[in-house]
Amino acid sequence: MSERQDPVTGIEAPIYLKYNFTAGAAPARFLSQIRKGVLTGQRCPRCEQVYIPPRGSCAACGVATEEEVVLSDKATVESFTIVSIPIPGNPIQPPYIVANLVADGANISFIHLMSECVNEEVHIGQRVQAVWKPEEEWDYAMDNIRYFKPIDEPDVPVESIGTLPVSGWEG
Amino acid sequence: MTDIAIVAYHQSKAVSDVGACNEVELIMPVLTEVYRQLGIANAQDVDFVCSGSCDYLQGAAFAFVAGVDALGAVPPIRESHVEMDAAWALYESMLKIRMGHAESALIYGFGKSSPGELPIVLSQQLDPYYLAPLWLDSISLAAMQARILLDAGRISERDMAEVVSRSRRNALANPNAQLAGDISADDVLAEETYVSPLRRADCAPVSDGASAMIICTVEKAREWGVPYALITGIDHRMETHNLGMRDLTDSRSTRLAAEGAGVGAGKVDVAELYAPFSHQELILIRALGLGDETSVNPSGGVLAGNLMMASGLSRIGEVFNRIIAGEAERGIAHATSGPCLQHNLVTVVEKA
Amino acid sequence: MSQPDILNQAFELGFTYTRSTGPVVGRFLTELRDRNIVGIKASDGRVVVPPMEYDPDTAEALSEFVDVGEEGEVVSFAWVKEPRESHPSEQPFAWAMIKLDGADVPMVHWIRAGREADVSTGVRVRAVWAEETVGFITDINGFELVPEEMS
Repeated sequence: MSERQDPVTGIEAPIYLKYNFTAGAAPARFLSQIRKGVLTGQRCPRCEQVYIPPRGSCAACGVATEEEVVLSDKATVESFTIVSIPIPGNPIQPPYIVANLVADGANISFIHLMSECVNEEVHIGQRVQAVWKPEEEWDYAMDNIRYFKPIDEPDVPVESIGTLPVSGWEG
Repeated sequence: MTDIAIVAYHQSKAVSDVGACNEVELIMPVLTEVYRQLGIANAQDVDFVCSGSCDYLQGAAFAFVAGVDALGAVPPIRESHVEMDAAWALYESMLKIRMGHAESALIYGFGKSSPGELPIVLSQQLDPYYLAPLWLDSISLAAMQARILLDAGRISERDMAEVVSRSRRNALANPNAQLAGDISADDVLAEETYVSPLRRADCAPVSDGASAMIICTVEKAREWGVPYALITGIDHRMETHNLGMRDLTDSRSTRLAAEGAGVGAGKVDVAELYAPFSHQELILIRALGLGDETSVNPSGGVLAGNLMMASGLSRIGEVFNRIIAGEAERGIAHATSGPCLQHNLVTVVEKA
Repeated sequence: MSQPDILNQAFELGFTYTRSTGPVVGRFLTELRDRNIVGIKASDGRVVVPPMEYDPDTAEALSEFVDVGEEGEVVSFAWVKEPRESHPSEQPFAWAMIKLDGADVPMVHWIRAGREADVSTGVRVRAVWAEETVGFITDINGFELVPEEMS
C-alpha cells in the first residue's frame, strides 16, 4: 500500500431477503371484496364485535371469526392527527390528516387518510365517506379508497362512535 | 424442585406450504384444541402465556405480536415471547411456575417458513462479520459437519440412510407428518447427493405449522381432572458460535444438558430428538447415551416435518403423547437451535 | 362466506445495517485490506482465525495477534452443485473449513473448484484476493486449489 489508510472501525453489512408473501384467509377475503368496491368485516361469534380489516380472530375473545359482514363506506372519525412532517417515500405532501375511522356496521376502527376537508376543522365524531378511485383502477388494496371526505351529517356523540348500524346515522 | 405437569398438547399437520393462512390462522386451531382437551375457553383461563417464533422466517415484522390476536388478551394477560423454539418458551414458563408466579401456562410455537428461502434466512443468525456476509446456508454447514464424522469413521453414509429410512417408516403412523413412506436405506443411498455429502433425504423438509401445550402444577392438573405426565428434569446448554472451536463430531452441550436434566437416573423408553439432519440424530443418540431399549423418534422426528420454532416443543409433546397412551413410562425430548446443534435443551418426561 | 382468491406478493426485505467492528475484528479486517491474514492467540495458546475478542473457554479478553499464512489445508467441505442466488459463486463450489498455516482452528470460507472430485479433505488451498480490498470478509474472494507439485 503506497498510502496509509485509517484502520477499519466499521462495515456496511446490508441484508436483503426475498419472500413470497401469501395473505391469510381472512385478509384475502377482505381484499377480494374491496377489489369489487365493497368493504367487509368479520363478526365475533362471542362478543359480536365486527372487525375491519379482519385477521381471522376476535383479538378480545380469542376465537375464530368467520361470519362476513358487508359494511358501509360511510364512517365516523374516532381520532385523527395532522401530519406536518414529510415522511421519506410517502408521495403525499404535508400537512395531511391520518384518521382512525369506524365504518358504519363495524365496531373497530381502521386507519385511512382524510382530504377535501379543512384540516383545522376536522374533529372526533365527524361523519365522512370514502372517495373511491375509478373502478377500472380497483385492485386488492385498501387504497382503492383514495381518502375519506366530510359529509353533511350531524356529528356522532363520542359514546356512540363504533356502535352505528350499517344503515348509518340518523343524528 | 416442583414437578410440572403437562396436561394438553396438540400439533398441526406439517405441510410444505400452508398457503392462505396468517399467523393467527396458523395458531388458532392448535390453541382451540388444547383448550378443548382441558375444557377451558381461552388464554384467560391460564396464568401465563409464552410463545416461540421468528419473524424472519416469513419476513413479516412483528408477526409474533400479531399472533397475540389469537389469544383473547382482553383484559390484558401475562404474556411473553422468545425468538427461539417454543421449547425455550416452555423453559421460561416452568421458571414462572416454579417461582410461584403462575400455576398454569400456555405455550405455543409457530413457523411459516415457506415464504422465504429458509437455509439463507438462517445464514443470518451466524457471526455478522465473518460468516453472515458470505451467506453460508444452514444445509452447507450441516454438510461440513457430516463430512467430518464420515472422514473420522464415526458414521457411514449407510448409517445416515438408515436414520432416514426409520424416520420415513415411523412417520407412516404419524398423521401430522409431511414425509412418510416405506423407504429402505438402499433407496436413500440410490439418491444423488444434494449438498454433498448430504442427500436431500438427509435434510429435514421446510414446513409450515404450529404446536401448543399447556403445563401446570400437579395440584392444578388434578383440579382439571385430565391425564397428565410430569416434567422431572430440564436443562439447556450452548456452545461457542465459532464452528472451528467446536468438536462437531460430538454434542457436548447436549451431554451436559442431559446430565443436568437427570437423563441417566432411569430407563429411557422413548426419545424424541430434534435432529434436522440425519447425521445429527447419530451424534445426539451417542451424546445422550441411548441404547437399544430406547425407541428413537417414533413420530418420525423432524426429518418427517420440521416446524421451525415449534418442533422442539413438539418433541416434548410427542413424548407426552406416548406416556399418556401407556406406550412409555419415561422419555426424553431434545430441542436444538443454531447451526450444527449449537444450543441444546433436554427434557425428561415421566408417567405421573 | 365468500371464497377468497389466493393472493401472493413477492417482496424483498432490506436491513441496511452498518456495524462497528471494535478493535479485534477491526484489526483483522484492516489486515485483510492489506492482503494479510491475522489470527489471535487463545488462552491455551491456540491461534484462532478469524480472531475472536474473548476466549470461548475462559471468557478472557484476547489481544495477541499472530500473522498466519494465506495457504492452508481443508478440514471439511460441502459441495454446492446448485449455488443459491446469494451464494458467493455462480458456479458450483465448495464451502470449506480451512486450517491456515500457523492457525490451530479452521476458518469457514469457500473454494473455487471446477469439479467436486478436485476437492478433498486434506487438500491445500490458497486465498484469492479481491481485485479491490475494502476491509470486509469478502476481500478473500474464495480460496483456490494449490497444485500438488507446488505444495
